Amino acid sequence: MAALLQLYTQINVIKEEYYTRNRIAEENRQREHDAAVKIQSWFRGCQVRAYLSHIHRQATVIQKTCRGFAARQHFRERLKTAYFLMKIHFYNKMAVKIQQRWRGYFVRTYVHNFYARKRYLDELAKKNGQIRRELEELAEQQRKERERTAMEKEEKEKYTQAQRLHFLLSTKQCPGVFNSPFRQEPDEMELRLRRVKPVRTQSAPKEPWHLNQQPLSLQYNKDKLPPIHKTPQGPFRPAVEVQQQRYRPLEPSLRVATSITALEEAREELRRQEWRTRLIDQPFVPFSKAQRNRRYESLLHTASPYQQEEYGKKHFREEDQDQLKGKQADHFTPR
Amino acid sequence: MSQRQVLQVFEQYQKARTQFVQTVADLATRPQNIETLQNAGVMSLLRPLLLDAVPTVQQTAALALGRLANYNDDLADAIVKADILPQLVYSLAEQNRFYKKAAAFVLRAVAKHSAELAQAVVDCGALDALVVSVEEFDPGVKEAAAWALGYIARHNAQLAQAVVDAGAVPLLVLCIQEPEIALKRIAASTLSDIAKHSPELAQTVVDTGAIAHLAQMTLNPDAKLKRQVFSALGQISKHSVDLAEMVVEAEIFPAVLSSLKDPDEYVKKNVTTMMREITKHTPELSQMIVNAGGVAAVIDYLGDSRGNVRLPGIMMLGYIAAHSENLAMAVIVSKGVPQLAICMAEESEDHIKAATAWAFGQIGQHTPEHARAVAAANVLPKLLNLYLDTQSSEDLQVKAKKALKNILQKCTYLPALEPLLYEAPSNILKHVICQFSKVLPHDSKARRLFVTSGGLKKVQEIKAEPGSALQEHINAINNCYPEEIVRYYSPGYSEVLLERVDNYQPS
Repeated sequence: MAALLQLYTQINVIKEEYYTRNRIAEENRQREHDAAVKIQSWFRGCQVRAYLSHIHRQATVIQKTCRGFAARQHFRERLKTAYFLMKIHFYNKMAVKIQQRWRGYFVRTYVHNFYARKRYLDELAKKNGQIRRELEELAEQQRKERERTAMEKEEKEKYTQAQRLHFLLSTKQCPGVFNSPFRQEPDEMELRLRRVKPVRTQSAPKEPWHLNQQPLSLQYNKDKLPPIHKTPQGPFRPAVEVQQQRYRPLEPSLRVATSITALEEAREELRRQEWRTRLIDQPFVPFSKAQRNRRYESLLHTASPYQQEEYGKKHFREEDQDQLKGKQADHFTPR
Repeated sequence: MSQRQVLQVFEQYQKARTQFVQTVADLATRPQNIETLQNAGVMSLLRPLLLDAVPTVQQTAALALGRLANYNDDLADAIVKADILPQLVYSLAEQNRFYKKAAAFVLRAVAKHSAELAQAVVDCGALDALVVSVEEFDPGVKEAAAWALGYIARHNAQLAQAVVDAGAVPLLVLCIQEPEIALKRIAASTLSDIAKHSPELAQTVVDTGAIAHLAQMTLNPDAKLKRQVFSALGQISKHSVDLAEMVVEAEIFPAVLSSLKDPDEYVKKNVTTMMREITKHTPELSQMIVNAGGVAAVIDYLGDSRGNVRLPGIMMLGYIAAHSENLAMAVIVSKGVPQLAICMAEESEDHIKAATAWAFGQIGQHTPEHARAVAAANVLPKLLNLYLDTQSSEDLQVKAKKALKNILQKCTYLPALEPLLYEAPSNILKHVICQFSKVLPHDSKARRLFVTSGGLKKVQEIKAEPGSALQEHINAINNCYPEEIVRYYSPGYSEVLLERVDNYQPS
């Protein structure tokens, strides 16, 4: 009961308190309401924001994975194409190499080989040089040969001349024509005359010819010759030798010995022989005459249907009367 | 006694006859006596002596007749008219070898002057008798008979055909194989005379196997023999490709190149003629000769020789170059162009110059390289001079023009073309300008050189009809340069400038 009494003493206070509190609350209600609304809206906002960011995060994760997946796929595609391109590029380069080689080969074999031509021209220049050198040498050789033969001939001529003129050699007493005392040294001919060997004539045979028939004159004076000069002339050959030399019998050459009618005689002899020995009536004709009967065959690719007339048909002596007018056709018929 | 006296009269007469005939024969060797002899009526006196009983008189009479006929053709004609030939032909078959030689000599002397006389000799039936004489043993008789046949066959194709029909060719080929040099010479010359007229005759000669023997004789040291042998081979090979190939197959190359150094001029000329006839036909034959080094040898020969004998060598180079550009380049590489230029400068005869001009045309016509080689030898101005010279023959002018045109159409060597700008007539000039218009657009150095050397100035001075090809080329050249330069070099520019000075009003 004490609480109740306390409460009854406080009823008025409570009523006043109640009214002040209500008034204060009424005064603060709007403010508190706004504040509450603010707090609530802020809190709701936070909630929503948290929710949004959560959702965002989730969406990001999804998108992230999705993108990664797609990108890796894309990357693989790109990798494949890059690899493919690389291979194609490589194949192209190889194909170009093959085509290069092939084109080079083709042009060189079937169209024109520049290096072969160049090589050919170089070889040709070398060959020309070689031929030129060889011809020069040959010409030089021939010239030397000719000069040598000419010189030898000249030398031989001079030698024979010196041999023939050997008597012009100068003696101790009398200087020769070529060794004039007014010259400083003797002439070339003089030196030649000194060097020359005497002319060797064909010596007469040591023994007289027993086999040949000797003419009458040889039967007389074998040892005694008629004197030719009054004064002695020099070392003589033995008289027998000289006699044999002078009366040497004639050795006619075949041409001289043949009688001028040898041909006719031979023909006669042949005819007689033939008459004697002939058994066959048809003599064998030698081949040299076979040409005459053979018609000349013209070339195949120049023969034409318009043949040349055979020689001997149009203007043969016996048939061409115009030409033979005035000529005596019967006189000289050759065989 | 009286018999001896009678016989003495006859002996005297015989001596007189012999002496007369021998003296006449001796006198007939000198040309100045022959007129006198002819006027004295020697022909009518010699004729009965041919029928004399004594063989020496006959022979000497025949020899005298031969020498007389040799001298000129009136006497030969007189012999034919006097009906001496049939007697000679008859005795050619019958008598001994001295008479045969003399008779063959007369026939040859008569036949050598003209075709009609040779025909008269043939009509007497001389061919058969001569062919029989070629079969004789004595080489002198063979030589005389072969010589007579050669002179008969020389004149025209019918006579040569007649000789062939008489069966002479195999015998001549046998004669070639004889050891005597003189006989070989004559036989080779006769074969050459036969083969030169037509392909069929040449084929007949070849069919008897002559080529092998002729080829063997090319190595013989005797110069006159070589002349005839090469002449024969040349006449054979000139007619057709097959014959030329047969000559080449006898393996004469490269041995005949040594004959190009022979001291005898005509041997060298005949060798070059033969090579020319061979190279004329096909590129393969030319190629073979080039590979054997023939071109170098011929070019050296051109350098050593002078005069008319150069002609076959020049023509051979032309023929080789004409076949293909490979062969033309071979000629250039063998230093042919400078040698030909020397020939053109040294020789004065028109036909040789014409041949040289033709040869240049053949060498330079193939590609710009060839034209450059020809132009670099300073040949183009010379060709132009030959073309413009009024004293050149027409043939020379035509050939020079053609050669110039052919070379110019391919020439891109501008330093050689510039001298031509100044002197050339319009028909040559258009080719020169055409070449300039082809080269200048692509080469800047050449353009500069063209301006500095005065070529552009010259081009501006050329008058051409508008619309003609020449004008187009000039326009093409002008387009290579800026307008100011073209205007600067156009004629009358200085007057234009002075006019502008006159009309200028200083402000």
